[in-house]
Amino acid sequence: MSVAATMVEGGWLRRLRWRISLRLFLSELLAKRWMEPAIPFALMVGLIVLFSITTPYYATLGNAQQLGREFAEAGFVAVAMALTVISGGIDLSVGSVFALANLAALVFFNIWNWPVGLVIAATLCIGAAVGAVNGFLIGYLRTRPFLTTLVTLIVLRASVDLLGQHFSVPLAMASRVSWTWDVIGVGWIAKLPSNLAILGIVAIVGHFLLSRSRPGWHLTAIGSSRKAARHAGIRVERVLFLTYVLSGMLAAAGGLFYAARLNSSGSDTGVGWEISALTAVVLGGVSLAGGRGTVARALIGAVIVFVLVNGLVRMGFPGALSSTALGAVLLIAVGIDVKWAKNRGKAIQKIYVNPTMVELPPAPSIAADSGTAFAENTRLQASEEIGLDQVQGPEDVILDRQDRLYCGVREGWILRFSGPNFEHREVFARIGGRPLGMAFDRDENLIVCVGGMGLYGVTPAGKVYKCTDQTQRSLFKLNDDSRLRLADDCDIAPDGTVWFSEATIRYEMHSWFLDGIEGRANGRLIAWDPATNKTRTVIKDAVFPNGVCVAHDGRSVLFCSSWLCRIYRHWIEGPKAGQTEVFADNLPGYPDNLNRASDGGYWLAMVGIRSPTFDLLMRHPGVRTRMIKQIPPDEWVYPGINNGCIVKFDESGRALESMWDPGGTKHATVTSMREHKGWLYIGGLENNRIGRVRLPDADPDWNGYDAYWGSARGRS
Amino acid sequence: MAQATTSAAAPTAGARRWKPSQEQIVLIVTALLAIGFSLTLDGFATLGNFLALMRSVAILGILGIAMSVVVIGRGLDLSLVATMAVSSAFALQLIHHGWPWPGACAAGMAVAIGIGLVNGFIIAFVEVPALFTTLATGFLVFGLGRTFLLDGMIIYMPKGQEALEWIGQGRLFGVPAPVLVLALMALVVQVFLARMTLGRFVYAHGDNLETARLTGIAVRPLTMLEYAICAAIGCVAGLVMASSTASMNTQIVNSTLIFDVILVVVLGGVSLVGGRGGVLSVLAGTALIGTLLNGMTILDLDNNVQNIVKGGVLLAAIILDNRLHPRDEETARQGD
Repeated sequence: MSVAATMVEGGWLRRLRWRISLRLFLSELLAKRWMEPAIPFALMVGLIVLFSITTPYYATLGNAQQLGREFAEAGFVAVAMALTVISGGIDLSVGSVFALANLAALVFFNIWNWPVGLVIAATLCIGAAVGAVNGFLIGYLRTRPFLTTLVTLIVLRASVDLLGQHFSVPLAMASRVSWTWDVIGVGWIAKLPSNLAILGIVAIVGHFLLSRSRPGWHLTAIGSSRKAARHAGIRVERVLFLTYVLSGMLAAAGGLFYAARLNSSGSDTGVGWEISALTAVVLGGVSLAGGRGTVARALIGAVIVFVLVNGLVRMGFPGALSSTALGAVLLIAVGIDVKWAKNRGKAIQKIYVNPTMVELPPAPSIAADSGTAFAENTRLQASEEIGLDQVQGPEDVILDRQDRLYCGVREGWILRFSGPNFEHREVFARIGGRPLGMAFDRDENLIVCVGGMGLYGVTPAGKVYKCTDQTQRSLFKLNDDSRLRLADDCDIAPDGTVWFSEATIRYEMHSWFLDGIEGRANGRLIAWDPATNKTRTVIKDAVFPNGVCVAHDGRSVLFCSSWLCRIYRHWIEGPKAGQTEVFADNLPGYPDNLNRASDGGYWLAMVGIRSPTFDLLMRHPGVRTRMIKQIPPDEWVYPGINNGCIVKFDESGRALESMWDPGGTKHATVTSMREHKGWLYIGGLENNRIGRVRLPDADPDWNGYDAYWGSARGRS
Repeated sequence: MAQATTSAAAPTAGARRWKPSQEQIVLIVTALLAIGFSLTLDGFATLGNFLALMRSVAILGILGIAMSVVVIGRGLDLSLVATMAVSSAFALQLIHHGWPWPGACAAGMAVAIGIGLVNGFIIAFVEVPALFTTLATGFLVFGLGRTFLLDGMIIYMPKGQEALEWIGQGRLFGVPAPVLVLALMALVVQVFLARMTLGRFVYAHGDNLETARLTGIAVRPLTMLEYAICAAIGCVAGLVMASSTASMNTQIVNSTLIFDVILVVVLGGVSLVGGRGGVLSVLAGTALIGTLLNGMTILDLDNNVQNIVKGGVLLAAIILDNRLHPRDEETARQGD
């Protein structure tokens, strides 16, 4: 059911050009979290395909298994590096730990003839011990990770060389054979090389540890912001210490498999592995700034580096050149990482607002002497104030049967004013979020649309409960729209179904005006059935649906579309059920909340008044795009909201009369009004008061609840 | 500020206490170490050994002075040794190809300055942390230099270049020429850092980059200048090294020389947080490391053992530096 702009002028091609926006797609794509690893993943697949084509026998099972076995060791080192980088540090000693573990495992196994289980445990312990030294220095003594691990790198390398000289002769002569040792080194687990299989298990465990467990969150939190982590009560020192211990153990595991596979200790084992691991980690999309990265990303990067270096060697490039290439790749990857981390938000922000064409016919005249129903007057300026300076932005106001006045305010509270002159103010409920439109259901629960949270209810005793905060997700939208972002106004059908509008799914409460500049069909009309607790999206492409009001007979729902200056009627019962038609069109301003009047008509609040300039701007999306991008926000053209206006319609959608506060001296940005016992109560999104004006011709006993739900049922 | 603290503390503390600076501590340790070695090692306390010691650490000292310029500006140049090796080897090779030595040295210097400018550009404009930048450019410089600039791993000194040979092997009044070059470099950098506006800007940059930027210092070009100066002095060190050993072995890139350089700089009191220390600090650090290395050489320790000892000393120096000049690690960026 489409209710997007239908009245348009100009070529359909031009309209289409502004309806379909590649930038919109791109901006939502970039905002996706899975976009960051997607690029390295594509690079990885591309490289593998490239080498499969250019290198003979590359894409065979045997070659893949062989490469997998060699890769697994590098994979362990990359995961070790990734953990420390995510924690906001770095571990350059991984290559040396790898070499030390390799030597230690060989000595334990071949010379000291330890059982294999003990060899594994002892080797991992050595890695953990080195990690503990790093972790102690970095975590507790707070030295710089880069330099500290650089020094441990040198010291360890020198130690390995010394020990290597010492053990080289006995190692060369040793020839112990063990079945378990061979399984670790050259065996198979489920047709995978054993070390690759174990890497897979470690990666899966590591992934859950990092993304689903408390220690993992602590680690990521420290990497994101050490200060915030400390303030949140995380033991920064201990978590960092354990991170480096874990990193040392993982690097040692890599060395262990290397020892079991090759059974040899060369002086160049693990030399430069820290650089390839670092390159891998950054290439995979683990940010050097810390706090952003997963095990999977590290492994994707490790595959890229491994395939690249391996492929270059096969193509006959000298070793020195491939290490140069690695340096270049590292520099480029870090450069992109730094620039991306810094500018990502800005880049998305720059292209996030995507204006489209909104073509409105010339607005009806509002001149005081025009004779139309919209003719400007000063009737609203005669209002009495309620709660002056005691309320902050009462977006919606409502009265109960006991003549108490409720309003939602910026603090996230529902305030209640009672007493003969409403002088008694109390906080009725603290919901949080930004309470907007309200309605009483049959049981006198107050149903509230809360911006940023969803649809909530408050019992007469003031107890808050959640009605719904999500609806079904649209299939072909990148933005996850299952959560309610900006529920705006609601009303309740006689069967109890709550009809409410969600103004936009692309913006938050604080940036709703950007949706106005965009003018796109980002909102929806949603129905929640309390009987089944089901939420369904009824209309999914409405342009800023705002006020919602069930008609007097309960057979249709009226809702406003602010930027189209139009009111729709959506039939929920009768022969036209499910259809949507225009109720009132081409209003002189931007319609907001809509409520029933005592005489069978409807009151409409106008949040702002149209101006020829802004209408013209809405016809030219290109201008608005440049406006957003090129001039500071305080010089943008906004819809005119410094005016107060309330209009009354009859059941057929004809405007009858209007009340004005020109210039908005008392009531600028009127967003709601309620009729109650001969008075009209007025709320405003940015106002510091609630106002009320006497309605001389109105029924002095009419109140919204009794008129709609019936007085007998309510009193029983 | 310092005065205010002193006067406030004076009534309670009584007489003003002498608080040694880091250079003074290092010099005292050096003296103690030298006395210890003199008593225990044969042939340490001789004039010949003293001159040999000075000569052997002169190159390290020059590199330390080069490094101190960027460290004071809160940076670090891990590619310094690669720059030194490639630029001076390139100069030697040009002489082989028939260039006169001043022209060849100028060309080598141009290569070094070019590398420094590239480093500075990536650090200042691309905003990649200095450690990562120079780590990667170290590989790049060595790899590209080996592949495109140089004919072999080792470039030998051409015969008959007296002027060049003198830099490494000559003496003036008995003082080895490398020591004189060190003294000259120390003087030049001291004048630059302490007496010139740009030098004071380097301190301002290292002390607080944001403040420096807000006061109107062109921090980004300044960063490029720092790395260019560092690389140029590195090239001088390379020429001295080439001259004293009559060749330039580019394999030196794979050695741990760069850590000796960092050691010398940090030990003397040029803190890694930037904006502190000066040329004298580097000279003090050089004296200590020279004495230590000389003693270990006389003891005939294995190279690996020497590396372990140096690593331990460097770690101690970094921890000490961290204690003396704590940085705000909560706002520190990766690679700071």
